[in-house]
Amino acid sequence: MSTLEVAASDLGSPDPEGREGIWQRAIGNLKSGNLGVLPVVIGEIIIIGFFSFTATNFFTASNFVNVILQMAGVTMIAFGVVFVLLIAEIDLSIGFLSGIAALTAAQLQLPDGYNLPGWLCILIALGVVAIIGAAQGTFVAKVGVPAFVVTLAGLLIWQGVILKVLQVRGVIIIEEDWINKTATYYFSATVSWIIAAAVTGFYLLVALSGVVSKKRAGLRVSPLPLILKVVGVAILAFGVVGICTHATKPAACPEGTPLTVNCTQPLGLPLAAVLMLVFLVGLTFLAKRTTFGRHVYAVGGNAEAARRAGINVARVRILVFMISGIMAGVGGIVLAARLQSVNLNVGGGTLLLDSISAAVIGGVSLFGGRGEVRGALLGSLIIATIANGLNIGGYSTGTIYVVTGVILLAAVTLDSVVRRLQDRSGR
Amino acid sequence: MSDTPLLEIRDLTKTFGSVQALTDVDFEVRSGEVMALVGDNGAGKSTLIKCIAGIHGYDSGEIIFDGKPVTINGPKDAVNLGIEVVYQDLALCDNLDVVQNMYLGREERDIFFRLKEPAMEQRTSETLKGLRVTTIQSIRQAVATLSGGQRQSVAVARAVMWNSKLVILDEPTAALGVAQTEQVLELVRRLAEQGLAVVLISHNLHDIFETATRITVLRLGRNVGVWERAACTQQEIVHAITAGVPTKVSGVAEVVV
Repeated sequence: MSTLEVAASDLGSPDPEGREGIWQRAIGNLKSGNLGVLPVVIGEIIIIGFFSFTATNFFTASNFVNVILQMAGVTMIAFGVVFVLLIAEIDLSIGFLSGIAALTAAQLQLPDGYNLPGWLCILIALGVVAIIGAAQGTFVAKVGVPAFVVTLAGLLIWQGVILKVLQVRGVIIIEEDWINKTATYYFSATVSWIIAAAVTGFYLLVALSGVVSKKRAGLRVSPLPLILKVVGVAILAFGVVGICTHATKPAACPEGTPLTVNCTQPLGLPLAAVLMLVFLVGLTFLAKRTTFGRHVYAVGGNAEAARRAGINVARVRILVFMISGIMAGVGGIVLAARLQSVNLNVGGGTLLLDSISAAVIGGVSLFGGRGEVRGALLGSLIIATIANGLNIGGYSTGTIYVVTGVILLAAVTLDSVVRRLQDRSGR
Repeated sequence: MSDTPLLEIRDLTKTFGSVQALTDVDFEVRSGEVMALVGDNGAGKSTLIKCIAGIHGYDSGEIIFDGKPVTINGPKDAVNLGIEVVYQDLALCDNLDVVQNMYLGREERDIFFRLKEPAMEQRTSETLKGLRVTTIQSIRQAVATLSGGQRQSVAVARAVMWNSKLVILDEPTAALGVAQTEQVLELVRRLAEQGLAVVLISHNLHDIFETATRITVLRLGRNVGVWERAACTQQEIVHAITAGVPTKVSGVAEVVV
């Protein structure tokens, strides 16, 4: 094919690859509307700065751990939302699907009932929501009912099921250790530091293997951004663990201590944080490094092109709704573990809208095809920080809703503006 | 050029509900020739190639590829036979970059299901260089940021990257300027010279008389006939397109001299 000649010489002079430095590329990205995580990170810094000055007890290690635990459930659900938004669909049932998973796990662990081991309860609960998610996805992909309607029906149906099941008992206490630990276990200081080192080492290995395979294929590798990324991950990992190991919680005092002393007990890295990280890495791998993930982006970008390229679009859609269900289930179990119980409000309240907002604030486009898994984590961090800060500052729930709403609007506005910029730079 | 057709279609019929899109259409293309497919709007050109590409199913008819009767039930079947289509709307995903679009639907992956990005990037780069597409700054750039001509180049490059036997180009020059049209037509001729069978759909008779070996005319979902380019005039073709009488008496076999 080397003799073939075709050229579309309608753009400026050819620019050899790799000549542009990282700064030029970054500026080019900004100009073409590819903002990445920049607005979210800036927003989070402003929010943290604001509350640090206005709310006492906000900028403390213990409150940091608190925020992690508060955001864990929503983050898990939002991870699933990312995939649904990537194929330009919506899933309104995730709130109560998370409730269904929590309820299933709680029912199965009841000592006077099935009394199953915790890990089995969790697995069965996730299996149930996976099947429900896939069923809803089938209605969307095969029958062609709009996802909005299918999952709105799901919202009503699963809320109804929860109300019916809990009608008599009202509340189920979770005594099972496996389930509760997802939100209440802390690693000791030593183990926490080892985890930080392991995370950094793992990231370094992945980065290096990427360099090796690129070199082998004869492609250029620019080392500077890579080094910056590894250093960044190291600072983040050790920073988070450093703060967590300084966190404390009130504890019963040993006998003989004077009453004026407040006794505390050191915490460490919460298991919930590690779980978020595991799902973040796993789902990012799925989205960015596998054929399935590539097809998800393709379906969101241009479903017709994906179909003509031989991609089984219906299968991708069904699997995405299944992932959405599973992640809602994981989130639901973490949320239930935090309360160590399941009650009539499970899966209700602002859970659904918080989860979708988290993904959208994190830069996942509602129009499909653009966004990353980590966006859900960042968006949920913003939502949790605002709620936490306003709470500590003594503001009412009303204020929290208003502020979160304004930030959501700002995020979607930014997305729309960015989209227009990108379209304009396209032609 | 071989005399036996690479692709031969007999009596293809396709209806959309009550609309009869194709009626007993015959069509053939040989390796090493450019077969132009012309006809007015609604003549059934796009429907015919979509049937060949497996986008639509067909109601009845026979498809013979490389001497063997085949059934095409989906895009994958067509791709497996070595049939590639460059659509009028290019069928690119704007949010994906050039490499990702080139490999869309047939990504290379290793035993851990990981995409082999470096290998795909390298081959894309080689293919584009082979086609002398030099204006794309980075093949890691999203297709949304490319111009119309660059998109066309990516779409054509995608079609020829897969050692295909038959390349179908649907209005490849419709959105291009004069210079780029010339370059794309040059590419079309070269594809045929390399032994590929090429089907070129176009409204532009000038383009067709510059590139085609033979011309098939469709009208209202039926065959009007097949002409050797060297042995006919533009007037004859225009007349066939606008007022041709469908010849169902085995159109292909009789008209070809």
